Amino acid sequence: MAKSRKNEGNESVAKDDGAARGEGVVAVTARPKVPAAPKRPSADLARRAAAHVPAGRLAVRKTYKLYVNGAFPRSESGRSYPVTSADGTHLANAALASRKDARDAVQAARKAFGGWSQRTAYNRGQILYRVAEVLEGRRAQFVQEVVDADGVDRSLAESLVSAAIDRWVYYAGWTDKIAQVAGGSNPVSGPYYNHSAPEPTGVVAVVAPQSGPLLGLVSVVAPVIAGGNTAVVVASERAPLAAVSLAEVLATSDLPGGVVNILTGRTAELAPPLAAHADVNALDLTGANDMAAGLEEAAAATLKRVVRPEPAPDWFADPGLSRVTPFLETKTVWHPIGI
Amino acid sequence: MADKIFEYAPAPESRAVVSIRPEYGLFIDGEFTEPTDARITTVNPADEEELATVSVADEADVDRAITAARRAFETVWGPMAPAERGKYLFRISRIIQERARELAVLESLDNGKPIKETRDVDIPLVAAHFFYYAGWADKLAHAGLGPSPRPLGVAAQVIPWNFPLLMLAWKIAPALAAGNTVVLKPAETTPLTALLFAEICQEAELPPGVVNILTGAGGTGRALVAHPGSDKVAFTGSTEVGREIARAVAGTDKRVTLELGGKGANIVYDDAAIDQAVEGIVTGIFFNQGHVCCAGSRLLVQESVAEEVLERLKARVSRLRLGDPLDKNTDIGAINSAAQLARVRELAQVGEEEGNERWSPACELPDRGFWFAPTVFTGVTQANRVAREEIFGPVLSVLTFRTPEEAVEKANNTPYGLSAGVWTEKGSRMLWTANRLRAGVVWSNTFNKFDPASPFGGYKESGYGREGGRHGLEAYLNG
Repeated sequence: MAKSRKNEGNESVAKDDGAARGEGVVAVTARPKVPAAPKRPSADLARRAAAHVPAGRLAVRKTYKLYVNGAFPRSESGRSYPVTSADGTHLANAALASRKDARDAVQAARKAFGGWSQRTAYNRGQILYRVAEVLEGRRAQFVQEVVDADGVDRSLAESLVSAAIDRWVYYAGWTDKIAQVAGGSNPVSGPYYNHSAPEPTGVVAVVAPQSGPLLGLVSVVAPVIAGGNTAVVVASERAPLAAVSLAEVLATSDLPGGVVNILTGRTAELAPPLAAHADVNALDLTGANDMAAGLEEAAAATLKRVVRPEPAPDWFADPGLSRVTPFLETKTVWHPIGI
Repeated sequence: MADKIFEYAPAPESRAVVSIRPEYGLFIDGEFTEPTDARITTVNPADEEELATVSVADEADVDRAITAARRAFETVWGPMAPAERGKYLFRISRIIQERARELAVLESLDNGKPIKETRDVDIPLVAAHFFYYAGWADKLAHAGLGPSPRPLGVAAQVIPWNFPLLMLAWKIAPALAAGNTVVLKPAETTPLTALLFAEICQEAELPPGVVNILTGAGGTGRALVAHPGSDKVAFTGSTEVGREIARAVAGTDKRVTLELGGKGANIVYDDAAIDQAVEGIVTGIFFNQGHVCCAGSRLLVQESVAEEVLERLKARVSRLRLGDPLDKNTDIGAINSAAQLARVRELAQVGEEEGNERWSPACELPDRGFWFAPTVFTGVTQANRVAREEIFGPVLSVLTFRTPEEAVEKANNTPYGLSAGVWTEKGSRMLWTANRLRAGVVWSNTFNKFDPASPFGGYKESGYGREGGRHGLEAYLNG
């Protein structure tokens, strides 16, 4: 216990988002004092606890709400829908978001785009890494949610959550490498400096996979924001609870409000207004299944970039940049060379 | 005396280098077919002379061309050693250089653009584009798309009339280098250089079916895009047709790249080198009669220098020579078609009706053919149609701004995002501005420069995908 607390102390100093690298290095050398081991709880404490906390204490349930603009509102429609586990047990009521909620989410994502896209890639990487840290700290909760949602056994759920955490780390490492890998200088035939660099396309509407309530979700959201875009996510209709819990992680990881907005509800109700929305620049239709063709058609009106669903995505596979580059634009800048 | 200094004797380029057949068939599977019954007459827009009739491909022709392309992909072009594919492209590039003058004259005749441009810009860039992508054919593993990228198969390609042969090169060179075969439809009004290119493919002994050229109008294009036998659709043209194509391929497995319209902003800051900026403004909007998707059709000039810039701009535009496209002195040629002329006239009329001040130099227009004098609208606001809609003609709309933030805000206030220009002597301001412009190409202290190594393509409703450079290969490969 004492040992793990010491480690936490180190990380909390070094992780300081936005801090200069130099400060972190200095902080590591200033190790906090190791606290003394706590005393064994006295029998008296146990007696008092028993007296005050009833054995059959009623748990405080969570209200699963939307995540829009950094806040957790209910649906403006006042609606909710029951969510059940894989075996049909009622788990909770999730917010049943409306078209208006979808439009609000787009507005929030657009507002957040300027700030997020102009942050340094290093800073975005640190925030994505922070998401992994916070997610790791809540892994037991997510394991339980994956077990409940998918009916998988606990060890598989552990692996799915581990892979989801590591995926944030993966994309945290990509943020400040994308521009070098996807851009560069171009040897044009003339006295010009010519340079191409990737830039985020803008607001991306993501229809998250219907299965894979955490790993699938993280696999489609993290690459979008790693590239500097902001996202409006339609969570899995059947298993949305892990998405709402992920929103709590995002909200406490220094991710600016509005960068990721998460809607729960009917995919058939939420995806069409997003596909047709003039202020959405791109669509990830991974979870759209047989709605995909119609949504792609709606997206044509404003020439959105569209990622079509794959037949059977393998969320454990190394994604490379396959989910990053579809949401990037290439900007090429020319300037004459002369004296 | 001063008036006479700038009068030039005519210096027409000879037409003798070109021989145009009276009628053309379709180029399918390495051979020209008999001309079809349905025909289009292509005219010289400078004098409305009928140049030739070309065939109109129907659905059956499209099917035969796609079938030929598929067979060539599966039996010849796909299995061929990549270095050998590259050598065919090098060979084509060399033949284009050898026959450059012939292609330039033919392009000017069919399109109406000045020989100065076809000779010095279009055709050299065509040869360079084939030469550039020829070298990629056996180096695809180094394109950053994985260790062994694979071609898509058959590409259906539809191109516009503003840079007929150059757009053909942008489509065919990367497709072939990556190992695909193509069926290409040139524009209705400018089919002749594509048909001459078909002869060049024969001369290069390119295997039959690797390149197929189908002439026709919108119906042919729709049939080609809709045909289920292609793996890829590539289109350059209007945003309106781009939307139609995006809808048509929705729900299929076809890959798509679209290079569409624009309403490019050309920002002139108060510290810009004014004479150079004026040259850039002229190049930005009057190059190729303004028939350029990336034209700098919105001039955003800082208020403190607006008067001076406009005065010098008008003086410069007054010196532009409009007339015979084959005359080597000509700066501004003919509008490509009667339909396009009507569109330019209509929008210019709207500009007047909306209260913008219209100016053109004293400029004599030829009696025959399709002509429009260079035109500048001042006092334009962002709400005016001449500031919002792509005119695709020699019409410049001038707006002013006070602060860099306002310049960027106005520049980005369009659904398009293809190009932009920045004129300033201050490097940090240039980079600050370029960083904030939502456009695929930013020319700083220059405009309308193109190169095979330089990726080109738009943000937002200017389309998606890039042509040129390593990036241009992505559109034709699976990683």
